[in-house]
Amino acid sequence: MNDLKFISGDEAFAEGVRLARPQVISAYPITPQTIVVERLAEMVEAAELDSQFIHVESEHSAMMSAMGASAMGVRAFTATSSQGLLYMAECLYYVSGGRFPIVMMNANRATALPWSIYSDQRDSLSQLDSGWIQIYVEDAQEALDMAVQAFALAEKETVRLPVMVNLDGFIVTHTYEPVSIPTQESIDRFLPPRSTWDKLDIENPVSMAFTVGPELNEEFNLLHHKASLNALKEIETIDSEYKEIVGRGYGGALKMYKTDDAEYVLIALGSINALVREEVDRLRSEGIRAGSIAIRMMRPFPTEELAGALKNAKAIGVLDKDISFGYEGTVYTNVNSALVKKGINIASYNFICGIGGRDISPRDIGQCFETVIEGKESKHIKFIGSEVWDDV
Amino acid sequence: MKEITWFGRGGQGAFTASRILGAAAMTKGYKSIAFPSFGPERRGAPIRAFTKISAGPVTDRSVIEKSDYIIVLDDTLYDEKMPKLLKEGGRILINTLKPASFFKDERVLAKDISTIAVKHLKRPIVNIAILGLLIDLDKDIDLESVISAVNGYISPKIAEKNIDLLKEVIESLNNQTTEF
Repeated sequence: MNDLKFISGDEAFAEGVRLARPQVISAYPITPQTIVVERLAEMVEAAELDSQFIHVESEHSAMMSAMGASAMGVRAFTATSSQGLLYMAECLYYVSGGRFPIVMMNANRATALPWSIYSDQRDSLSQLDSGWIQIYVEDAQEALDMAVQAFALAEKETVRLPVMVNLDGFIVTHTYEPVSIPTQESIDRFLPPRSTWDKLDIENPVSMAFTVGPELNEEFNLLHHKASLNALKEIETIDSEYKEIVGRGYGGALKMYKTDDAEYVLIALGSINALVREEVDRLRSEGIRAGSIAIRMMRPFPTEELAGALKNAKAIGVLDKDISFGYEGTVYTNVNSALVKKGINIASYNFICGIGGRDISPRDIGQCFETVIEGKESKHIKFIGSEVWDDV
Repeated sequence: MKEITWFGRGGQGAFTASRILGAAAMTKGYKSIAFPSFGPERRGAPIRAFTKISAGPVTDRSVIEKSDYIIVLDDTLYDEKMPKLLKEGGRILINTLKPASFFKDERVLAKDISTIAVKHLKRPIVNIAILGLLIDLDKDIDLESVISAVNGYISPKIAEKNIDLLKEVIESLNNQTTEF
């Protein structure tokens, strides 16, 4: 097991990017993403990675430089977090609408105000409509593996969309753990260099990033939407190809745990799912049919898969590390919409937790399950672990 | 699961040591994670770091509430309430110039590592050396795995000096035992 390294999520992601051999990296540092940018800069400096590293003056420029590179037909990478993501928001729509298969790592961090460098998921969830594919990982190993898989998914002919891979800030980005690093040879086999017809080429001039009037604009949106939906199946295909070569796989858009006969299911994004699964085991040992669903892909949203996994559910709870003020958690909104479309009418609770870096303890998860199982709570949206009395 | 909380001040290497311990456990086939109390880093400010070691995957990434071991690099961070943060059978390992009798609680293992550290490093940096106390107490952590972690994750410039220092700490513990 000498391929095991004790590294952080940020470092693991940087290793994944190195193995994917992007020709252009443009990024602006922001906590808790900084280490990714630092490591990649070091790798380029040490000639371990043959890539143009562009030091830009802002996130806005980081994304636009990556788009320029991608338009030339090369593989491009950037990374950001929180306010940085919001600052580049305008460019996110350019890149997805232009169908540039850039991969970006986002370190999930709270948005100001109040100012905070700690983790929650409002930054990326606020950009669900930006047209990007969004993936959420649980730990450093999955971060590395999805860094590689994200390029394969983004560049897939049926998809051709940018992919944002989200790591919970600090909880994943800054936590050190054993990570198995695949060989360059195996990743080269999995992910050949990017090859595309869709690029700027002096021999075959084309117009890119153009204007479209009302007569065809909706059609472009429809094509974008269909391409995004294609990612639901493609992520499974790509993952099984990856597993064949590297020996590790994650499945598809959802990670189901003991959902086959589950009556009470908690649904969440990212690192908290490991703890939810442990709580499922504890409840199962007491004879309660609990289950867990990790949503690995928020866009496109896996409606059919989710409904299928909840066929025996009596009640569910959705953990949300964000709140759309004045309504509810955004993951909750998405889950409920999927249930309505599939005619599933069960009790559904929303637990707002982990905001601004608040720890979520096993006890908290236990209480969420308790609320779902008892079904007596009249309020559907609850703040968990809050210092102030939630009597709203 | 074995849970270790580190108390130190910014610049004393508590987080580095928490990672070395995690990496040492990894070389023995354990799953482990290490992380600091997150936040802006300032030299001299109190910080905590955490190592969790388990036979299976570590699922709980929240901060440790009750520890098997609390390791204190700087005795000004110790207070009498600290033993309440221990699990049953837990121990506090503390670097101090004070005599062991100063610490009334029998769960405290106090040792002056700073003096030995100055000999080797010219500075009272004890983050790696204090692992000698843990190696002495805990069957899951041994000198060999810590040395391999130090060589793997600390710059060669200071790795060797720290290993010599660590060995001397362990040696002095052995001598101490025979004296009693």
